[in-house]
Amino acid sequence: MSKGRFGIHGGQYIPETLMNAVNDLEKAYEYYKNDEQFNRELTELYNEYAGRPSLLYYAEKMTKDLGGAKIYLKREDLNHTGSHKVNNALGQALLAKKMGKTRLIAETGAGQHGVATATVAALMGMECEIYMGKVDCERQALNVYRMELLGAKVHPVTSGTMTLKDAVNETFREWVSRIDDTHYVLGSVMGPHPFPTIVRDFQAVISREIKSQILEKEGRLPDAVIACVGGGSNAIGAFYNFIEDKGVRLIGCEAAGLGVDNPKNAATMANGRLGIFHGMKSYFCQDEFGQIAPVYSISAGLDYPGIGPEHAYLKDSGRAEYVPVTDEEAVNAFEYLSRTEGIIPAIESSHAVAYAMKLAPAMPNDKIIVINISGRGDKDVAAIARYRGVDIHD
Amino acid sequence: MIKLSKAFENKKAFIAFLTAGDPDLETTEKLIYSMAENGVDLIEIGIPFSDPIAEGTVIQEADLRALENGTTTEKIFDMVERIRPNVSIPLVFMTYCNVIFGYGTDRFVQRCQQIGIDGLIVPDVPYEEKAELQPYCKKYGLELVSLVAPTSKDRIKKIAADAEGFLYIVSSLGVTGVRSEIKTDIGEIVELARAASDIPCAVGFGISTPEQASAMCEKADGIIIGSAIVRIIAKYGRDSIAPVTEYIRSIADSVHK
Repeated sequence: MSKGRFGIHGGQYIPETLMNAVNDLEKAYEYYKNDEQFNRELTELYNEYAGRPSLLYYAEKMTKDLGGAKIYLKREDLNHTGSHKVNNALGQALLAKKMGKTRLIAETGAGQHGVATATVAALMGMECEIYMGKVDCERQALNVYRMELLGAKVHPVTSGTMTLKDAVNETFREWVSRIDDTHYVLGSVMGPHPFPTIVRDFQAVISREIKSQILEKEGRLPDAVIACVGGGSNAIGAFYNFIEDKGVRLIGCEAAGLGVDNPKNAATMANGRLGIFHGMKSYFCQDEFGQIAPVYSISAGLDYPGIGPEHAYLKDSGRAEYVPVTDEEAVNAFEYLSRTEGIIPAIESSHAVAYAMKLAPAMPNDKIIVINISGRGDKDVAAIARYRGVDIHD
Repeated sequence: MIKLSKAFENKKAFIAFLTAGDPDLETTEKLIYSMAENGVDLIEIGIPFSDPIAEGTVIQEADLRALENGTTTEKIFDMVERIRPNVSIPLVFMTYCNVIFGYGTDRFVQRCQQIGIDGLIVPDVPYEEKAELQPYCKKYGLELVSLVAPTSKDRIKKIAADAEGFLYIVSSLGVTGVRSEIKTDIGEIVELARAASDIPCAVGFGISTPEQASAMCEKADGIIIGSAIVRIIAKYGRDSIAPVTEYIRSIADSVHK
């Protein structure tokens, strides 16, 4: 079995042209992850620039309203740039800089990872180009403009389904064309080794903080941690430091679109099967001939036909559970959290909120749930208005 | 099974690519016959994939056209089975790993053997992941082609030493597609490969003109042309047999001169 495996998943299924680039990246990461100076710089960026640690907020009104388990929200939406994506973008950009790279490229779905990458590129004085599906550019127009404001060039991707998977294809194609000065800041725990490990390590700060914050507030670990999954970076970040704590249920919420039985969904764990794509062996939505299926979700960030290899392994081993959440449930949760707690969550994170709304009332009130609010929902307001048939001129 | 090295016997090899099912399988069949009769030494039959990350726009669009008109792996197998008795040059499939894995690797390679496919080229399976395919290729007698790129450097020796059929030298950084100029020092890559193995070396990516073809043949044992052919098929569709044949002849003349 080759490098970077999580059970049978993972690996390095990429064109030969990129092999030395990922090998160099692996070597650099192995060195810098234990380098005191690197870690000091990264912690300073997290704390002084991104606003970490993010709050662990007791959602008292929501808890009382749902009448079950006590609900805490991990407020990754309060990070600079408005989502957890900045954790990884800062880490990878710093690493790229140490490797002597001067140019960052990245794919983006909802635009959150693109914005985070464009932001750190501006901060570190690096060139930045972002690949985003044309459909996503349209549904997340605000984020396209934000990236441009930050000095990045945004390329609308017109191949395939014109969403996240096609943006990943196109960023790989760009990386193959220009490797020497360019680092691909992959935005999720996917792709070829070492990306799933690097991104997970940079996102693991989320569960590290949750653990110490909940111990301080409650004197014990939570009973469940809930996060949304597309590729799975915020979820792995929220799960990682709890994997050894077998009493903590880890629940990933995937986008079921119009329903798991409707062709318009992106529920990889429910409907996918083992495959090899985007550099990794994992679960993918595909047809009987291995053609990758066009997927759909209201959430551009979860609109992806695969899932990171470590999640596939957590599913195989039974350590984590994965549940489908529909567009309708997510939109309801989006509105519910806005009204109940005065917090507008990203439509991605709303999938996790939606499942918590089902789970919490079924649990006794001495139990504790943590929901990872991976991002804020400002970017989604126009789309939710459209969903509800409200015409606002954005 | 025909050994891929047959394409290189006593001559430089002209390897031609086309996407199966673009514009339809009937045309693909005619094009394969024409290629085999007009100087092509080995044909790479592309099984279309929804997300071909190593391809430029020309082949991406061909894949999409083929999939949209209902081309499937099964139908391509049937087409090859039909034509194989009439074609004596080696035939290989070029496709992406999930097309093989999704079909069931053992079943896929077994079917290749049954219909007379002699080898596989799979650009998203590098040296490190060969175990995904090689045991099955060995089991059914197919040759698994290895690729080296301008970035391979210290990897060239180990890849060449372990390569079967021929070594596919990717001429340039980037994806497939026509290029006006190839800047990589192909001679240096061939030299490194020859130090490790006597396997024939063929250069692909970016070659389109007879001049480029003969220049590359001075440095390597053969050339591979894909996008330039697919571009003609895209333009002429079902009427592409004559223009493709004319183009193929011009390249074959410069390769075999």
